[in-house]
Amino acid sequence: MTHQPHTDNLGARLGMWLFLFTELLLFGGLFLLYAVYFKRYPHEFAVAGTQLNWVMGTANTVILLTSSLCAAMAVTAVQRGESRRAVGLIGGTILCAAGFMTIKYFEWSEKIGHGIYPGSAHLRGGVPGESVFFSLYFMTTGIHGLHVLIGCVLLAVIGFKITSGAVTAENYNLLENGALYWHLVDLIWIFIFPLYYLIL
Amino acid sequence: MTMNEQHHTISYKSLTGTWVALVALTALTVAATRLDLGGYKVLTALTIACIKAGLVIAIFMHMKYEGRLLRWLLFLALVTLAIFIGLTFFDVLYR
Repeated sequence: MTHQPHTDNLGARLGMWLFLFTELLLFGGLFLLYAVYFKRYPHEFAVAGTQLNWVMGTANTVILLTSSLCAAMAVTAVQRGESRRAVGLIGGTILCAAGFMTIKYFEWSEKIGHGIYPGSAHLRGGVPGESVFFSLYFMTTGIHGLHVLIGCVLLAVIGFKITSGAVTAENYNLLENGALYWHLVDLIWIFIFPLYYLIL
Repeated sequence: MTMNEQHHTISYKSLTGTWVALVALTALTVAATRLDLGGYKVLTALTIACIKAGLVIAIFMHMKYEGRLLRWLLFLALVTLAIFIGLTFFDVLYR
């Protein structure tokens, strides 16, 4: 008697979405902290926020949106059986992520070069609202950046699995869930961008 | 609908269209926040961010084509988030 391999596509997506909800609540907590301290120190936040470079923030927003487009197209490509194109699109996503992290690196090193990092002498000597703003900035973009790196590794592994034939048009749960994770990273950035770079 | 039903395939064209809309909304939010809108700045930026998030969830994350179960769970998660933000502000604003 031959055995059909057990697959449960809806179950796989359900599990992934439940995990994404916990991620939503994690970042929701960080946004809540931002909102409460913004209410307490509106002036200090406005002064600190203008030190962030909104041009770099905008560039990173467009880069992440493009990476999400590539990830979503990779799912369509695998569904249509176009494996080679799917691998290329995943490569595009990872390339965008590398661009994002490079810009992030320049932003962070510029801030750290000016003595702005959690616990620095500059921030400890300044007004309390400023140090809260930058602590939240480093915490939120740091955890987000960690998610970008994890997503890259995940998508790279999935790319190899498409090449080896383990992810196909018949069984692409892994790619679909990897793409969902990637879109979550994009989703969080959609809120980080206006809150930290634009409204202050 | 069976448990193993595979997913709706979204064409490259509609995905690209969604991306164009997202980039346009990004340009709009940057332009709007460079103006002096006073108290409406935060509201404008967050409204646009919510529209962008809606597009990503509906199209890129395929939620538009999901069944009732996942839609309701998403709704539940967002309501939970709204409750904990709402209750915190109830405390912060009226303490």
